[in-house]
Amino acid sequence: MDFLRPASWEEALAAKAEFPTAVPIAGGTDIMVEINFDHRRPEYLLDLGRIELLREWEVGEEVTKLGASVPYTQIMENLRTTLPGLALASHTVASPQIRNRGGVGGNLGCASPAGDSHPALLAAGCEVEVESVRGSRMIPIDAFYTGVKRNALAADELIKSVHIKNATGPQQYSKVGTRNAMVIAVCGFGLALHPDTRTVRTGIGSAAPTPVRAKAAEEFLNAALDEGGFWDNGKVITPSIAKQFGELASAACNPIDDVRGTAKYRRHAVGILARRQLVWTWEQYRGTNGRSLEGAA
Amino acid sequence: MRVNFTVNGRPQEADDVWEGESLLYVLRERLGLPGSKNACEQGECGSCTVRLDGVPVCSCLVAAGQVEGRDVVTVEGLADFAKKREEHGHGCGTGACGGGKGVSTDEAQQWSAKGTDSQTGEGVELSDIQQAFIDAGAVQCGFCTPGLLVQADALLEQNADPSDQDIREALSGNLCRCTGYEKILDAVRLAAARQGEAV
Repeated sequence: MDFLRPASWEEALAAKAEFPTAVPIAGGTDIMVEINFDHRRPEYLLDLGRIELLREWEVGEEVTKLGASVPYTQIMENLRTTLPGLALASHTVASPQIRNRGGVGGNLGCASPAGDSHPALLAAGCEVEVESVRGSRMIPIDAFYTGVKRNALAADELIKSVHIKNATGPQQYSKVGTRNAMVIAVCGFGLALHPDTRTVRTGIGSAAPTPVRAKAAEEFLNAALDEGGFWDNGKVITPSIAKQFGELASAACNPIDDVRGTAKYRRHAVGILARRQLVWTWEQYRGTNGRSLEGAA
Repeated sequence: MRVNFTVNGRPQEADDVWEGESLLYVLRERLGLPGSKNACEQGECGSCTVRLDGVPVCSCLVAAGQVEGRDVVTVEGLADFAKKREEHGHGCGTGACGGGKGVSTDEAQQWSAKGTDSQTGEGVELSDIQQAFIDAGAVQCGFCTPGLLVQADALLEQNADPSDQDIREALSGNLCRCTGYEKILDAVRLAAARQGEAV
């Protein structure tokens, strides 16, 4: 094994071009487990720890540019207002020690369906900025996950940052597990209301071969909110809308039975999470915008 | 490969380090500092917790090559680290702030909480959190203790008056299989209270 220690982003790209099998290591919270347990012996480890720009973030007017290695702790502490869904998801990652090291770049690079940040990224809407010596490109998050632990990266590309749409409305994230800390999600769900475009977006984790959106559920809810004039009148979501939204979210799952839970349980739980989050986020939307709206009292 | 970094305020050099080796392995097997414990090797138990440039991390998940030129504090250097923090208002593992010479490898290898009295730890300088663990009876088999000490010390550095919820969350990545959690919580509360009195 060789340990490559690029001092700059340019050096890192050059190294990845020269050694396409090199495995990038930033926080190390995934790859070191595989190495410690002899599950993986990469030919090259490419240490990204000395590249400052990967640990920086920039909150723009509409989009936040989040460096791939910004630790979850920093996201929780600094980006809770701009990226509330991702901040909530970050808080559910493992333990404080792990959150001090791990970041979104690792979740995307591993592309495990159980990665905690995926549902939040899908719900918020984002693009992944990847780069190689050939140039850089933006991959929409909807096209990023290509299979179980597979993503759209080419062999010579590295993840530089994620450009995430700033929240314009309430967002939620929750996952199911046996305790609060150190839990790989049995399943997870994220929901973001986007009042600016009068749309909602969702993300499902650990309940399909890749992280997925519940598109039919989104379309149903978009239409229902529109037809009922909900965005304007701020009325309470009817139980039948919430119920159907949950059922459609369940239907978007394609889970498996494994040690953490059965497919049936995952489908059921995702539906419950979706329904609850719709009520939570909508109540928050009504609370912040509802006072001047009719029927909000 | 060779790795140069600072451990407990002293420059260290580890040779013949395998590229896939963890910081934990380097500390225990190459530098003779077995205070950081090796249990799960997957970040699950927190017993290998050290400060890396001041940040608490699981040393089993840090590749040795990643600590080149960086600053590590282990449980063996915790009392010294805490003392310097008290003197200078901030922690300084490197000794760059002029707070003494750090802890040599020899001293660190010999470090023991026994002192002149193995029950109370009298006769040896302990950090507040170490003394509190002894006084509160928070040590049973002792295997999880070093990780908990490093993590709890970092909590109290950030938050002098943590709520029970804060303590539970801060220690959520440290497992104690004697399940002595109540006494551990007592110890952190005790250390916080003593710090509060001292101010």
